[in-house]
Amino acid sequence: MLEIKNLHAKVEDKDILRGINLTVNAGEVHAIMGPNGSGKSTLSAVIAGNENYEVTEGAVYLDGEDLADLAPEERAHKGIFLSFQYPVEIPGVSVTNFMKTAINETRKANGLAEMPANEMLKVIREKSELLEIDRKFLSRSLNEGFSGGEKKRNEIFQMAMLEPKLAILDETDSGLDIDALRIVANGVNKLKSENNAIVVITHYQRLLDYIVPDFVHVLYNGKIVKSGGKELAYELEEKGYDWIKAEN
Amino acid sequence: MVKSTNTAQEVTGLNPVEVTTKMELKEKLISSFMAFEERVDVTADLHDIRTSAIKNFENKGFPTKKEEAWKYTSLNSVLKNDFSVFPKSDNAIEFADVKKYFLHEIDTYKVVFIDGVFSSFLSATTHDGIDVCLMSSALTKPKYKMVIDEYFNKVASKDESLTCLNTAFALEGAYINIPKSKVVEKPIEIINFSTGTEAALLVQPRNLIIVGENAHVQIIERHQSLNENPVLTNSVTEIFAKKRAIVDYYKIQNDNLEASLVDNTYIAQKEQSHVSVHTFSFGGNITRNNLNFYHQGERIDSTLKGITIIEGKQHVDHHTLVQHATPNCESHQNYKGIFDERSTGVFNGKIYVEREAQKTDAFQQNNNILLSDKATINAKPQLEIFADDVKCSHGCTIGQLDDKAMFYMQSRGIPKKEAKALLMYAFSNEVIESIKIPELKQRITKIIAMKLGVNMGFDL
Repeated sequence: MLEIKNLHAKVEDKDILRGINLTVNAGEVHAIMGPNGSGKSTLSAVIAGNENYEVTEGAVYLDGEDLADLAPEERAHKGIFLSFQYPVEIPGVSVTNFMKTAINETRKANGLAEMPANEMLKVIREKSELLEIDRKFLSRSLNEGFSGGEKKRNEIFQMAMLEPKLAILDETDSGLDIDALRIVANGVNKLKSENNAIVVITHYQRLLDYIVPDFVHVLYNGKIVKSGGKELAYELEEKGYDWIKAEN
Repeated sequence: MVKSTNTAQEVTGLNPVEVTTKMELKEKLISSFMAFEERVDVTADLHDIRTSAIKNFENKGFPTKKEEAWKYTSLNSVLKNDFSVFPKSDNAIEFADVKKYFLHEIDTYKVVFIDGVFSSFLSATTHDGIDVCLMSSALTKPKYKMVIDEYFNKVASKDESLTCLNTAFALEGAYINIPKSKVVEKPIEIINFSTGTEAALLVQPRNLIIVGENAHVQIIERHQSLNENPVLTNSVTEIFAKKRAIVDYYKIQNDNLEASLVDNTYIAQKEQSHVSVHTFSFGGNITRNNLNFYHQGERIDSTLKGITIIEGKQHVDHHTLVQHATPNCESHQNYKGIFDERSTGVFNGKIYVEREAQKTDAFQQNNNILLSDKATINAKPQLEIFADDVKCSHGCTIGQLDDKAMFYMQSRGIPKKEAKALLMYAFSNEVIESIKIPELKQRITKIIAMKLGVNMGFDL
């Protein structure tokens, strides 16, 4: 589904990614771990199409299609979803209407009619229950005044609404207390299927107790320096990142 | 002042419209004045008011950038047009052609002018319990004399040159008088069309609005040019809100690119009255709003809100004044501006709190977004406070659209143009939300969507 080949990227003349290779198939959960500054968030931003990052070499393919020339919204229309580490506050736009706009623009791009209002309400109700989100919450301005946990829960709610093919969860566990973590992980697990794939980006192993990865990759200095099964996450938790740094 | 021979001929009584020699607009207006006075049938009182007004205009002339109040707005490019000052009166337009400028979804009273001349065909006036009719009648018919004596030119500035110019030639406009305790169920629309059959046209509408004790009225004012010939509108509106009166006034400024507007609005409020003015500036060439509130009683509430969205070389200037002269009154100002390309904006908000006006609560907010490096906003809050127990606050921001917010929205599948529109709509929403006529709110939303080039409902 997702194929990253020899990806190099820089931001403001600073090289961050230095040759990433990664293949993610449908039905798989991948975890990307690594110390601060290793390029984890850059990788997710580049996949989502953030124009502040410049790809200097290599490419990202979704279902065989090179994403290089696609705007962020076009990538979203093809089924890429990024759960932000720091979701942006948008005063004046309610959660509900933001979702309505996002869903209908995606449908429009895919040649579908707008979702009827009653169906939209039904889906919103279902998905907000899945994430244990209060209805009142949905009429508030997007992310404005939300706690860290509320923001993250809202990200996964959006993921549930948009049903992406490929979801990238960038540090979704940061700022979550244990209850919120459970709710978020439970939501993600329910959305997981044979047809979609999830890439979990995290510094700590904690989230991986709940969202169990099939593969774990270690990112260091802009490269994947080690890959393995879920046991690699425990090893990292135990030993820290110093031995990775020492080896490289 | 040196007068040309043409001018001398003109004051001997020739029809000034036929004078073809180009002269400075100021000269033309001054020399037209006597002919104008001869033409209109008016009482001696008005004659005195007009004469003193034209003298004042003659002394001061058109405002220039040398004056502090006009530092950022120059009318020079507009004034060089050879304006016709007395338009012909036979310009008819079909309702179907202008329907879109009316709030046609609901029933309204309408006072409509074409090139400054009343159009009975397009209007729906009334004398049934309230007066929604013509200034020309009010100024000439004996039954209105007492009201005119009491209110006409009583709150308008006798000093400011463009207001004086309007007063000198005051002839036509809307006259609205709402008696005590009357709640007017239908909004009143005042629409000034210009057909541009004259090469360039100067129109000077003069409105007088008196709202009695406990009465309530909603008014929508619009100036609309119907083609590309230059138009300069110099409008003066006087509003008197008596004790506990409620007035909601909406100005729609979405005119075409050759139309310039100087809107002078003067509002006198008695105790416990609530007056709100919303100004939507989306179009036009040069638009200058002089909005002045004068408090004459306790527990008055004044609201001034505006949205400006312009591009190209458009220019919109909001000059507001709230004169807090009495204790325990409130004023709320909230102006939002979005400026693209080389457009320029001015916000000058003056709050004046006199020594007697203790417990004043005055709030002023002005937020701006510049979408281009070439766009400019000059924002100046001006607070003069002489009382010691007051709450006055002001805030002004100038920023750009947030890149992070744009990427966030795009990453959810919302295309760039729509994301931008949504952010700008959200930015203006505080002001849109307080429009009390639902159909008008919808209309403004549609105009904004059109301006932003998107087809969205924005039901936020």
